[in-house]
Amino acid sequence: MKTALHKIGVPIAAIVIFLALWELLVWANGWPDYVMASPSDLPKAYSRFWELFLIGSWQTLWRTVAGLIIAVLAGTLLGMVMGFSRIARDALYPLLVGFNAIPKATLVPVLALLFIGQHNFNTVMMAFMISFFPIAVSVGIGLSTLEPEYRDILRSLGASRYTIFTKIALPKTLPEFFGALKVAVTLAFIGTNLVEIVSPHGRGLGALFLSAQTNSNYPLMFAVLIALAVLGIVLYYAVVYLERIFAGWAERPAT
Amino acid sequence: MTNLIEIKGVTHAYKTPLGPLPVLDNLDIAVPEGEFCAVVGPSGCGKSTLTRLIAGLMKPDKGEVWLHGELVKGPRKTVGMAFQNPVLLEWRTILHNVILPLEIVAPSMPKKDREARAHELLTLVGLEGFEDKRPSELSGGMRQRASLCRAIVHKPDVLIMDEPFGALDAFTREDLWQTMHQLREKEPFTCVLITHDLRESVFLGDQVIVLSGRPATTQYVLDVQYPGERVLDGLYTPECSDMLHTLRDQIRIAQGRAGEDAA
Ligand SMILES: Nc1ncnc2c1ncn2[C@@H]1O[C@H](COP(=O)(O)OP(=O)(O)O)[C@@H](O)[C@H]1O
Ligand SMILES: [Mg+2]
Repeated sequence: MKTALHKIGVPIAAIVIFLALWELLVWANGWPDYVMASPSDLPKAYSRFWELFLIGSWQTLWRTVAGLIIAVLAGTLLGMVMGFSRIARDALYPLLVGFNAIPKATLVPVLALLFIGQHNFNTVMMAFMISFFPIAVSVGIGLSTLEPEYRDILRSLGASRYTIFTKIALPKTLPEFFGALKVAVTLAFIGTNLVEIVSPHGRGLGALFLSAQTNSNYPLMFAVLIALAVLGIVLYYAVVYLERIFAGWAERPAT
Repeated sequence: MTNLIEIKGVTHAYKTPLGPLPVLDNLDIAVPEGEFCAVVGPSGCGKSTLTRLIAGLMKPDKGEVWLHGELVKGPRKTVGMAFQNPVLLEWRTILHNVILPLEIVAPSMPKKDREARAHELLTLVGLEGFEDKRPSELSGGMRQRASLCRAIVHKPDVLIMDEPFGALDAFTREDLWQTMHQLREKEPFTCVLITHDLRESVFLGDQVIVLSGRPATTQYVLDVQYPGERVLDGLYTPECSDMLHTLRDQIRIAQGRAGEDAA
């Protein structure tokens, strides 16, 4: 009982305090809307543009998740190749690192030119490209650092490579995988928004932000930022939830 | 007398960037069925390599390994392995860790029988009541006991142990020695035990083989004549003292060769 109160009460109190401080800051400085909106302006923005928020959130959400799913599949596959083959590791690592170092904003126009008008596709692609790297690296490292004794125990019984992978290597990398997925979720989200904001005639919360800016609706801009934060939190905790289910064994009891 | 394990003239070298590294040189070992063979030798002389050859995980450059009258050409299902690192799977309970080999060797065995078999062994090594615990909830000695159960759950005819008690404190180690003897009474297996503890080799072994420094060959074979029952007090008798002295001297000779190597 006490722990449940703790788990929910503490974060909520933190958010309330944060909003109160924000309100206080704006009020004390006497800032007008166009410098910084205050939390008390936000409910108006939400109730007026309720539908736009729902549609935008949904578009942002599904495209981020789609990009993430592709990133998980491609990243796991790449990680497996790198984890099992030394040659592949030596060959792919510099390529991946190089690709990851490219600021993804520069890829927006490239994508836009390559796939003109394919806004959904471009957004999903960006979410994928920005987020697969940590997954590939974590799976690769997890597999290549598997202690040889684990493999020997099963191999000496005549187990196939596939059996060794599913019985040992895969479950053993799950904690690292979920660690990377938490990073990837945030990154994919950034990728989606980047495309939404930069593309003309974009969709999603990013596009809503852009149109709020064009119309000088400052409370709406802040309302979008808050909505983005909420979506990010939802996605993040969805991953935490999955981690509990599939890799809960890796959690040490609190000391 | 039939030898369950026969190692004949095994020579092996690892390929390294600096050229071949000879590890085993014309090694001969014979272990009769049901016997316990302890192998001691300087660090890095090739003991773990020997275990991998017996398990069929690698092939020797020259020579042959025979198990049960069959030439070893690859992994067999009739081998059990235990290492210094108990390598239990953290996402499985102790019971399901022990069951793991059965899932591979006997996939058609009913779940109930598997669990009963694992339970029987866990009881034998004193882990009754810990079946549903995770490995991280157990002490080092208990984890090693579970690892032993996993090594013999599928009734292998050969048990290969590579310094299994090396990371345990002295008292826990002595407890496990006694557990090994209890297991041997109930479960027939032929065992190769790699160790760097001479008392352990005498207490557990029917024969102790001293390997020379790298590349290892059979330098000395001690036929253990343990005075009376295999109890710890026996280690303090003059007979055991003599055997330990002999082994100590042999290790010194083996290290002498290793010393030249290092210089
Ligand atoms: N896969 C390998 N490739 C190259 N050298 C190896 C390999 N495995 C072991 N060695 C080397 O072979 C020697 C013997 O190793 P090992 O059999 O593990 O010795 P021990 O178990 O007696 O300490 C060591 O010098 C080790 O560095
Ligand atoms: Mg070794």
